[in-house]
Amino acid sequence: MPAPIRLRELIRTIRTARTQAEEREMIQKECAAIRSSFREEDNTYRCRNVAKLLYMHMLGYPAHFGQLECLKLIASQKFTDKRIGYLGAMLLLDERQDVHLLMTNCIKNDLNHSTQYVQGLALCTLGCMGSSEMCRDLAGEVEKLLKTSNSYLRKKAALCAVHVIRKVPELMEMFLPATKNLLSEKNHGVLHTSVVLLTEMCERSPDMLLHFRKLVPQLVRILKNLIMSGYSPEHDVSGISDPFLQVRILRLLRILGRSDDDSSEAMNDILAQVATNTETSKNVGNAILYETVLTIMDIKSESGLRVLAINILGRFLLNNDKNIRYVALTSLLKTVQTDHNAVQRHRSTIVDCLKDLDVSIKRRAMELSFALVNGNNIRGMMKELLYFLDSCDPEFKADCASGVFLAAEKYAPSKRWHIDTIMRVLTTAGSYVRDDSVPNLIQLITNSVEMHAYTVQRLYKALLDDISQQPLVQVSSWCIGEYGDLLVSGQCEEEEPIQVTEDEVLDVLEGLLVSNLSTPVTRGYSLTAIMKLSTRFSSVNRIKKVVSIYGSSIDVELQQRAVEYNALFKKYDHMRSALLERMPIMEKTASNGPTEIVQTNGETEPSVPDTKLPPLITQPANQANDLLDLLGGNDVVPVIQTTLPTKPASAGGELLDLLGDLSLSAIPPMTAYNKNGLKIEFTFERANPNPNIAVITIHATNTTEADMTEFVFQAAVPKTFQLQLLSPSSNIVPALNQGSVTQVIRVLNPQKQQLRMRVKLTYTHKGSPVQDLAEVNNFPPQSWQ
Amino acid sequence: MTMHFLLLFSRQGKLRLQKWFTPVPEREKKKIVRDMTTMVLGRKPRSCNFLHWKDLKIVYKKYASLYFCCGLDAEENELLALEVLHRYVELLDKYFGNVCELDIIFNFEKAYFILDEFLLGGEVQETSKQVLSRSIEASDMLQEVSVIPRSR
Repeated sequence: MPAPIRLRELIRTIRTARTQAEEREMIQKECAAIRSSFREEDNTYRCRNVAKLLYMHMLGYPAHFGQLECLKLIASQKFTDKRIGYLGAMLLLDERQDVHLLMTNCIKNDLNHSTQYVQGLALCTLGCMGSSEMCRDLAGEVEKLLKTSNSYLRKKAALCAVHVIRKVPELMEMFLPATKNLLSEKNHGVLHTSVVLLTEMCERSPDMLLHFRKLVPQLVRILKNLIMSGYSPEHDVSGISDPFLQVRILRLLRILGRSDDDSSEAMNDILAQVATNTETSKNVGNAILYETVLTIMDIKSESGLRVLAINILGRFLLNNDKNIRYVALTSLLKTVQTDHNAVQRHRSTIVDCLKDLDVSIKRRAMELSFALVNGNNIRGMMKELLYFLDSCDPEFKADCASGVFLAAEKYAPSKRWHIDTIMRVLTTAGSYVRDDSVPNLIQLITNSVEMHAYTVQRLYKALLDDISQQPLVQVSSWCIGEYGDLLVSGQCEEEEPIQVTEDEVLDVLEGLLVSNLSTPVTRGYSLTAIMKLSTRFSSVNRIKKVVSIYGSSIDVELQQRAVEYNALFKKYDHMRSALLERMPIMEKTASNGPTEIVQTNGETEPSVPDTKLPPLITQPANQANDLLDLLGGNDVVPVIQTTLPTKPASAGGELLDLLGDLSLSAIPPMTAYNKNGLKIEFTFERANPNPNIAVITIHATNTTEADMTEFVFQAAVPKTFQLQLLSPSSNIVPALNQGSVTQVIRVLNPQKQQLRMRVKLTYTHKGSPVQDLAEVNNFPPQSWQ
Repeated sequence: MTMHFLLLFSRQGKLRLQKWFTPVPEREKKKIVRDMTTMVLGRKPRSCNFLHWKDLKIVYKKYASLYFCCGLDAEENELLALEVLHRYVELLDKYFGNVCELDIIFNFEKAYFILDEFLLGGEVQETSKQVLSRSIEASDMLQEVSVIPRSR
């Protein structure tokens, strides 16, 4: 069998492949050759073959069949074999592999090898990828090597110990004795890795932290020597002596000084010295300054030092190097809560970073800018942030818009400013605002009573310009529906009132209905707005026409709305003005969620825009008609009997939203009807919080010896009242008082007039239908006063 | 400098070196490499060298045709990470003499050996360039002999 080709030869060959397929073919061929070579247990070329396998593995091809070969190489006595074997182990034999543990014995032997470079290989492999079991088995060897005087081994043992501790934290204690004089080393490699080990131990164990606090003076001394010592060619980086070690020491000092006044004081001077003396022209100096700033901010440093640190960050912001600007912004973001005033001083520089070309920097600057907004700087800051919102990339717009809304809500100097700001956001970034901002804005607008005319005018003008941004369109439609009367009457005080006619307004709203740009939700908004205008405008016929057209719309949502509005025109026209009245001021709920109407006076409310407008009338038509026919007269309002057995607890509420606690009050019950064995008693409750609503429960009982089946109770009240009848408990009144039928009536009595009721009873008794009418006038005064 | 991984890849996204300091399944490794190359190669020319990916900080730097990319814990010092990457490049440069991508392609195992003398378990183990170079030289010499002698 010819000798397997050399590694470099293979690499050269594979690189000549012109297609992926060609490469795959070469690889497969070589893998086959390697496999057979492995099968032959060829010691001479094993190393070469594994090396080739590792190359192919890097290209993405499977190499697991080489795992055992790596083990064999590790066990070999040739250094070349061991080198490749350990490399292969690190690439192919991580702790997830079954054969991982087979390495343990070899590593143990090699840790005790007579050649330091072999020991080094073993330490390196163990420290990179040793599993917990392996670490447990070999921790003792590592601990031994940690105490050796050989600095080459000692530094590796220290990092190996770090890995062991990370994998098996319980073993930390055993390394404690060996750390005793680690810091007295002169060798920088050992010093550096020792500091890393100490840091790891202090971070993991508060006891260790306490124990090692006494090292602070020694660490300070070492750091001082590094700074003060002259040029050292071995460790110099652009004029700074061993920056890696300096940074690690600063980091350890941070951990040791964190909650301890004495330690913090002991390191005060050296920190000030590093902060002022470090050369800042290159990245390396700034890396040290950065670590220093982080340490100063984290320990209990005196205020002068903290100001120094923040000023360093401020200077970083002006640095040409964008990496440095970036870390400055990140650090300032971390300290802005604790050192707010100091960071404020750099506000203008931070705001300038909004114009930076780098995306990461812009984002940090935006976050920091929002953190710096307060009552004093709101106007200036908002100007900058709105300008940023105009020109920034789409990925920022949503967050920026939210931030603007939040800041405006907290610090708005005036209502007009607040509304102007919102307008600006809606018009410039209207498609990016979050969904919940629409109800929040509507609530804000509703509650700024004196600004209604101004707001609706501005929103109307915005709609004329652009109807593509849905949140803007939705808020505008809602406002026009609410305050359209102010719009056409030209009542605006804040700015020049515009001249607009009712038809023009309706043109705009109808335009939204037909536009392709409008989403279904938007269409719902505009239809409702048009409907509301029927009580504010005089061109009712036009509105009627629009509403009736949409009664056959394909969009089910629109269709339903239109049908109901139609019904409102036709059958319930006398209710229309009350239903479409101006919205009351909304109370804000604790959360930022959609607002809830706490009390209604029988008005419709599309206040939670995304929920469907609940049906106004759901009962079957017949019974109401019968009642109307029967009772005649114009002073009776028909009953609305819901078919829903329970009221859904929706935030939208329904007509006559009578949610609320039912609290018992001492209103005496009364007998409303008592004839032919059927007795109907009324019991009363008050519905909180609305005192105008009386909740009456009827109890129907039957003293005869036959059941009364198909029992239906109906009631009608005078015009000034409104009544709601819930579903009865059943429609059989059992004989001989064996049970009762109960039903709840809710009566709204806003004018506090004396309650009167006409009732109609129908049932079947002993096979024949019975029907009766009665007036109920004996309501106790407490039930309606 | 607790590194989770160090990757070297070309402008075309070809992997030249991969060092993993935490145990990661093979599939996951491939995904990370894909994510890193996509993210880093997609950066605009004058962007800063830092990225966020999951809960890691990614620090990368381009040297000629090679990207050096490492993943760090979120509390790490990014500016120092740049120095670490730079130091590794200097070591390679010293070893190969004006190192270029081809050197690393054809001598990838040597690039690993140098890396393993510089970093251990994701941390820097030696801060002196000279000491490190001497170790590598001595190790290379050891390869030449057939029987490993005792050390001093």
